[in-house]
Amino acid sequence: MPNILEFLVSTADASRRSGPNDKIVFSSRVRLARNLRSVPFPGHARKAERVKAYDILMPVVQSLEAMAGDPFAESMEKLTALDKQVLVERHLISREHAAKNAGSGLVMNREESLCVMVNEEDHLRMQALRPGLQLRQAWQAIDAVDSALQERVDLAFSVRHGFLTACPTNVGTGIRVSAMLHLPGLVLSEQVNQIIQAVNKLGLAVRGLYGEGTEALGNIFQVSNQMTLGESEADIVERINKVLLQLIEHEEKARLVLLEKKPSVVFNHIGRAYGTLSNAHTISSKETMNLLSLLRLGVDLEMLPGTPKAFVDELFLLSQPAHLQVLLTDKEKLGAEERDVLRAGLLRDRLRDVVRPDHTKAAGRAADAGSGNGPATV
Amino acid sequence: MVCQLCKQKEATVHLTQIVENQVKNVDLCEPCAKQKGVNDPTGFSLADLLLGLGAGQEIEQAGEAKGTELKCEACGFTQAELKKTGRLGCAECYSVFGDVLDTLLKGMHKGTQHKGKVPAAIRGLVTLEASLSKLVVDLQSAVAREDFESAARLRDEIKSLKASH
Repeated sequence: MPNILEFLVSTADASRRSGPNDKIVFSSRVRLARNLRSVPFPGHARKAERVKAYDILMPVVQSLEAMAGDPFAESMEKLTALDKQVLVERHLISREHAAKNAGSGLVMNREESLCVMVNEEDHLRMQALRPGLQLRQAWQAIDAVDSALQERVDLAFSVRHGFLTACPTNVGTGIRVSAMLHLPGLVLSEQVNQIIQAVNKLGLAVRGLYGEGTEALGNIFQVSNQMTLGESEADIVERINKVLLQLIEHEEKARLVLLEKKPSVVFNHIGRAYGTLSNAHTISSKETMNLLSLLRLGVDLEMLPGTPKAFVDELFLLSQPAHLQVLLTDKEKLGAEERDVLRAGLLRDRLRDVVRPDHTKAAGRAADAGSGNGPATV
Repeated sequence: MVCQLCKQKEATVHLTQIVENQVKNVDLCEPCAKQKGVNDPTGFSLADLLLGLGAGQEIEQAGEAKGTELKCEACGFTQAELKKTGRLGCAECYSVFGDVLDTLLKGMHKGTQHKGKVPAAIRGLVTLEASLSKLVVDLQSAVAREDFESAARLRDEIKSLKASH
């Protein structure tokens, strides 16, 4: 079987997707968890029962109008470990689903804006994905898919607990509304922990590891709702939307303040990121993500004229382990060290024609800051 | 500080979450954190983790109060499994473990009553149920304040609503 990348939207096209506020919000997602009434949840079902749910659901999901007649539909058993990892790196399936085999499946439309996991933790995990901040649109899309589905299958629902899910953390609406944010300004100005705490207080989760270190990989954070019961879907969507708009404002402000108060710190970070990415001969995925984040900040600040945001976003995709491996080698297995060398090679190659960051072009920078010989743009 | 999961290694990953002014802390060692997907922004839910760690006691206590070990007749899922996995076996489990669950759900969600989307197929039924229970409450209060005229009217309304379905 050919590798999964042949079915997926190319990394170049995937990176060119655009939406409102996409300088700061990479993508929006609304996921619904649903189960059949008559079959035990996948985690507790016997193999025959799981297969029964699979056999009922796969054809129904594939024939949904939103799949536009031509979906990618496959049993997880048919996908290689590497294919599954690519799907995880594209945020199309969960890590849990990547671990599934026979009796679990994946159906998604060609645009990859609608993706349904069959027999993940629940019989159905259906998600609508949109670039930029488009939570309402994503909710409307998945709501319509859900309604169409309900005409065809009998779902587990109770008046008291709503849609019933394997894990009580998802019960009720079964909804998970989330957005992926790029917050380098808040990280560099050391405000991000405070902001995370404030967002947590509103009952929202911010994913990212902040134990010893305080940064998330690539300064990318995912904000999502925790509570699914006792509140309507629309209320949840609106609540998160409001919080996200505030986060965007904070991030924009943090960038402006940094440029005004510590321009050399910002330029230093961006310049060094460019230097390392375009000259390294071995580089880890973690370091790459963190440096690409700074390069993207440079693009946002208009310090790299001629280099579009999509260029950096494609590198985010390409430098992840499975993408790198599928695209650059025929090998089934690749050691981390080999991969780091490959990654550095790819980055050097791609960045060869990128003109180095020019701090005098930085947008929003005060005219008298720095060397003062460049025109200030606002 | 030792890891809350394996209870052996030193905890180096500390997660703090504040939900409605309640602080919840989770301390894990590197390997357990990795296993739980804590360092992966795509696959990690703190709620799942917390449900596994903190909820066990509550489930146990709720069971003790009942004096028996609950079991779902439909799928064979037991209370011990609920405690162990933090998950349920099938749709029917929600009625079987209803009381135990409500204790859990209270701490987890905004409420214990679903307020979202209702399948079109039973939408009428839900509205009927809601209007019936409202009428019953109204009837009770009418009786309590000895407003028998209203009570009689409400009684007739309830009767005709039931008959119409």
